Amino acid sequence: MSIDLTTLSIVEARAGLRSGQFSAIELTQSYLNRIKALNQTVKAYLHVTEEQALESAQAVDQAIQNGKDGALLGIPLAIKDVLSTTGVETTCGSKILAGYTPPFNATAVQRLFDAGVIMLGKTNTDEFAMGSSTENSGYFTTRNPWDTERVPGGSSGGSAAAVSARLAAGGLGTDTGGSVRQPAALCGVVAIKPSYGRVSRYGLIAFASSLDSVGAFGRTVQDVGLILGVMAGHDPKDSTSMNVPVPDYMATIGQGVKGLRVGVPKEYFIDGMQPATEKAVRAAIAQLEAMGAEIREISLPHTRYALSTYYLIAPAEASANLARFDSVRYGLRKTQGDLWDTYKTTRGEGFGAEVKRRIMLGTYALSAGYYDAYYLKAQKVRTLIKQDFEKAFEQVDVIASPVAPTTAFRIGEKADDPLQMYLSDVFTLPASLAGICGLSLPCGFDESNLPIGLQLMGPFMREDVLLRVGHAYEQATEWHMRQPAL
Amino acid sequence: MSLSRAEVEHIAELAKLNLTEAELDQYAVQLSAILDYIAELNALNTDDIPPTASVLPLKNVLAADEVTFGLEQKAALANAPDAEAGQFRVQAIFE
Repeated sequence: MSIDLTTLSIVEARAGLRSGQFSAIELTQSYLNRIKALNQTVKAYLHVTEEQALESAQAVDQAIQNGKDGALLGIPLAIKDVLSTTGVETTCGSKILAGYTPPFNATAVQRLFDAGVIMLGKTNTDEFAMGSSTENSGYFTTRNPWDTERVPGGSSGGSAAAVSARLAAGGLGTDTGGSVRQPAALCGVVAIKPSYGRVSRYGLIAFASSLDSVGAFGRTVQDVGLILGVMAGHDPKDSTSMNVPVPDYMATIGQGVKGLRVGVPKEYFIDGMQPATEKAVRAAIAQLEAMGAEIREISLPHTRYALSTYYLIAPAEASANLARFDSVRYGLRKTQGDLWDTYKTTRGEGFGAEVKRRIMLGTYALSAGYYDAYYLKAQKVRTLIKQDFEKAFEQVDVIASPVAPTTAFRIGEKADDPLQMYLSDVFTLPASLAGICGLSLPCGFDESNLPIGLQLMGPFMREDVLLRVGHAYEQATEWHMRQPAL
Repeated sequence: MSLSRAEVEHIAELAKLNLTEAELDQYAVQLSAILDYIAELNALNTDDIPPTASVLPLKNVLAADEVTFGLEQKAALANAPDAEAGQFRVQAIFE
């Protein structure tokens, strides 16, 4: 084999598999070899499912020989460890779930398997997806492939780093407040956070149920569109999955940006953001304009309140969701005194610092006497944030902004200051609260050669527009082709 | 907004979390700082704004009234820290 198969995009790999240039086994083995060589440096995977991957690849090769075809047939992907996988340990990056093996697949994962996807392994995450750096993982911190002294972002930092370092062709993540978009930006890859309700949450171990969404990573916009197209659609097992048709994303992805209206929200260019980030994002917007898009300055006046709103709603929902970890049906058990003591000891020892902090914050916000002042207030402000976007989308087709205020920060830099860490999600939280879709894609590098991400936000259920604009931008630029030296 | 040590202990009790002395001290400081920040929401008048619990335009999603099979007992118990006679086993609750 003369070319390194791990350099191929999903689209390219599919073409090679289809034409018989290489087999699914060869493709999978290339990734497994690279994982063996580099995962100890990048620490993207919590567990690598080598045996299962090779078995799946063999079955795929047989199916290809029998004439089967499909968008993701034989494509090796990394799966974030908050998504349930039958018989494969699923820990959510938490000690409390060490050894837990789900008896079912998450719907998003099942649909990928049905389409012939090969799972390479489960990727690291901040514990229960709570964090922006993977430093809150109960196991270890994933390294940014561009600078291994820096964080990959989070919470889906394992999948982002795996795709960036070519330890997978693409990957799944989850996004509650920015957890696929922010790590994609910090690792220089593409990620889509679909609208809430676009992809089933069944089997996604819940963090904040009104915000959680399953997203996709890839090295190109087309690749994330392909993964989304397979995962998306109604699922009777999730009452919050929307029963609406899923468009054929590939049919419209090449239509260009001519005549599209791109909104630039003034509230997303703030004091204190890294100058290189602002410069790169402004240049990307100018690029869209040069390609025929119409640029309009817009205002999303309640943007500054998104952080506070999110840090009431998400912890409140988390405190309720994580009550299920009571050591009775699954997970860690630390037996003490009576059953009450066992609950408290298990949870005190099993959860890490950030998870406990959010359970505490959420419990407080929901407790007697404080519900109206905190939780209800936040839900009302959430309405205002959602209305900001609804008004904006009367004037524009898509909104462009930075993904994060800075490029990747150093490991440990923000670990002791929760508020500083929360601020790294300041540009991704509003879309999550509004339930709309967002795309993160590379748009430049700073003076330390760290990637910068452009965020495109679209109206509810209009992932097709994001993919179209993102693809057009990608065709005109080369940022996505740069790769970290490892 | 400053949370007292006693309030933090009370929240931990509600949340069923055993916290160490150091954690109680740390959370009192950190949660107070977060609540101070969050207090900015009070600057907004939201008297006439309805709350958003879900962004979806859905109401009363119902499933068909059909008998389907759930998890089998063995699979349901497979991850239990302790099980006996097809049931989850915990410490005695009644003397």
